[in-house]
Amino acid sequence: MALLAKAPEGRVAALLAAAMARPVFDWLRAPEIGSAMVRGRAGGTGAPFNLGEVTVTRCALTLESGEVGHAYIQGRRKADAEAAALVDGLMQGPAAEQVRKAVLEPLEAERKDRVSKRAARAAATKVEFFTLMRGED
Amino acid sequence: MYVAVKGGERAIESAHAWLAEERRGDTSISELGIPQIREQLKLSVDRVMAEGSLYDPDLAALAIKQSRGDLIEAIFLIRAYRTTLPRFGASSPVDTGAMSCDRRISATFKDLPGGQILGPTFDYTHRLLDFKLAAEGELPQAPTREATPGNVPHVTEFLNREGLIEEAPHDDTPPPDLTREPLEMPADRALRLQALTRADEGFTLGLAYSTQRGYGRNHAFVGELRIGAVAVEMDIPELGFAIEIGEITLTECETVNQFKGSKTEPPQFTRGYGLVFGQSERKAISMALVDRALRWEELGEDNVGAPAQDTEFVLYHADNIQATGFLEHIKLPHYVDFQSELELVRKLRREAGATETQEAAE
Amino acid sequence: MQAETLAGGFDTPAVQSAHAFRGLLEAMARPGTVRQIGGAAPPRPLSPAAGCALLTLCDTDTPVYLAGGADCDAVRAWLAFHTGAPLTGPSHCAFAIGRWEDLLPLSAYPTGTSEYPDRSATLIVDGTDFAKPGAVLRGPGISGQATMALPGIKAFQDNNALFPLGLDFIFAGGSRIAALPRSTKITAPATVTEVF
Repeated sequence: MALLAKAPEGRVAALLAAAMARPVFDWLRAPEIGSAMVRGRAGGTGAPFNLGEVTVTRCALTLESGEVGHAYIQGRRKADAEAAALVDGLMQGPAAEQVRKAVLEPLEAERKDRVSKRAARAAATKVEFFTLMRGED
Repeated sequence: MYVAVKGGERAIESAHAWLAEERRGDTSISELGIPQIREQLKLSVDRVMAEGSLYDPDLAALAIKQSRGDLIEAIFLIRAYRTTLPRFGASSPVDTGAMSCDRRISATFKDLPGGQILGPTFDYTHRLLDFKLAAEGELPQAPTREATPGNVPHVTEFLNREGLIEEAPHDDTPPPDLTREPLEMPADRALRLQALTRADEGFTLGLAYSTQRGYGRNHAFVGELRIGAVAVEMDIPELGFAIEIGEITLTECETVNQFKGSKTEPPQFTRGYGLVFGQSERKAISMALVDRALRWEELGEDNVGAPAQDTEFVLYHADNIQATGFLEHIKLPHYVDFQSELELVRKLRREAGATETQEAAE
Repeated sequence: MQAETLAGGFDTPAVQSAHAFRGLLEAMARPGTVRQIGGAAPPRPLSPAAGCALLTLCDTDTPVYLAGGADCDAVRAWLAFHTGAPLTGPSHCAFAIGRWEDLLPLSAYPTGTSEYPDRSATLIVDGTDFAKPGAVLRGPGISGQATMALPGIKAFQDNNALFPLGLDFIFAGGSRIAALPRSTKITAPATVTEVF
């Protein structure tokens, strides 16, 4: 679910469409936009406090075969929430392995790539200290 | 006192239409797109998200466009939109120790595990206008280097091991929420931190600076400043467990403050804390300094009467939407109020004139 | 998780909850009147009207107390999915739901504070029989007097005596609701014997 939530806009639907015909489903809860209050901790580890909200889109659906798929994803992205809930539902049924290979694995690889590209830029700005001179007062 | 009057309708409509035209500016210049604002004016977007108290870069970019770049007006738009959203719940407290750091520096330790990572900072630029940016330039390219995987530990953990710094013990009390309950005094630290993280950057900066200049001095060092992405995890009631719903960029500042000890606490280092949406280190450092100043009472320090120590003063004046709302309302019609003032002044002058004439006659 | 426990919400939440809210508002504003609300199909033992009131009034900011038979897995799961409301005991709830005898004693619920009288509980009394003979109501929202079936007299008189503090009540049965705010004065009709 983390991978589905962090995927770029339209990506989950595109991967799913490439893998199979869109499954038939009924809404349990049509996509709706709301917010979640993000919390932090004082001093990083202490008592929690409210930091501010983030927009969230959620939905829930049942596949024809009966599995229930849920999605909660950051942002205002109804189509992405629908695709994420479909994948969540499919992962609980017989198509799980196929979906893992066709959707989740590429998403994971793409995410790793994005994260490591950013980390490599950060690493290039790491300071390498060396001592110029050390004297006795 | 207010009296309802009519008659401004056509004028208001025309004013709005002209505003739209002025917003667009010279039509021979291409129109600014939301993605352009989101990607190229990112720090403005971050400020609008932090003070608007809603993390959504596209909405913040739209607000900046609509407000013609007036960031407080943009924050106002975001605050107004925020109130229309149903709240699905609250996240688990974000784990800044697991942040993917773009930047991480410490002013207290040179060599620390994880190293000093400068990130995309203005710090070492010469502050000379770069006229190359005025021309459409080539695509800039940042160098890369292989990164060490794994989390970067917090600097305060090292001091913690020696017992030289006050602890921030783990606690799971549900925090108060000033967007749900009216602000009441005394405000505990959780409420103060919420108010400060959405507080006006300029106001927070001014107060923090005043503590450095001696009005409630608290001897702050930046123990650590980090900027990067953290996962947002939320408990989903219908699933019965927590899932990651996305990722946000935060700036975190932990100050280490010299502390001689007090009636209740031993000599040790104390902490101030700043955590802000987006990349906003000026705000995060300011927040940490003001947070530390407001903690005088719990640490048993003296109240020297400094503005930054006065919780009520700080919290009731830190919000730029409240402030600008009250400030700007005085430009709206107060015809009746003013009429009575006018009558009063005329009466006083008449009376004073009468006395003078009388005195002259005597 | 079974799809059945998640069904039974509003099909068009914006419209249906607005209609239901209007119904609840009218009922609370005119004590003694009975109204229809609908659109929800909650799991047993909740009545459709009680379920509809919960969907309309509850969210993640309103702790709910499930009393007696209402405190079952099906209701818990349904409420969690559709409203996200946290479950709690009577002393911290914003809403309580259950049959009258399960909701007692009324002293267990928050009645507000003098600064914030609104920080009090609203009790949704399910399984109401609206046909029973009525108590006599007087007060705001009532022209002269009205009558209403109440499960007791003294409990509501005591509650009214706390005004401006106190509890508010919504009575549900089948697809119908009525309401009794804390501001209403109650007297027993001569023919009704006091039960509670």
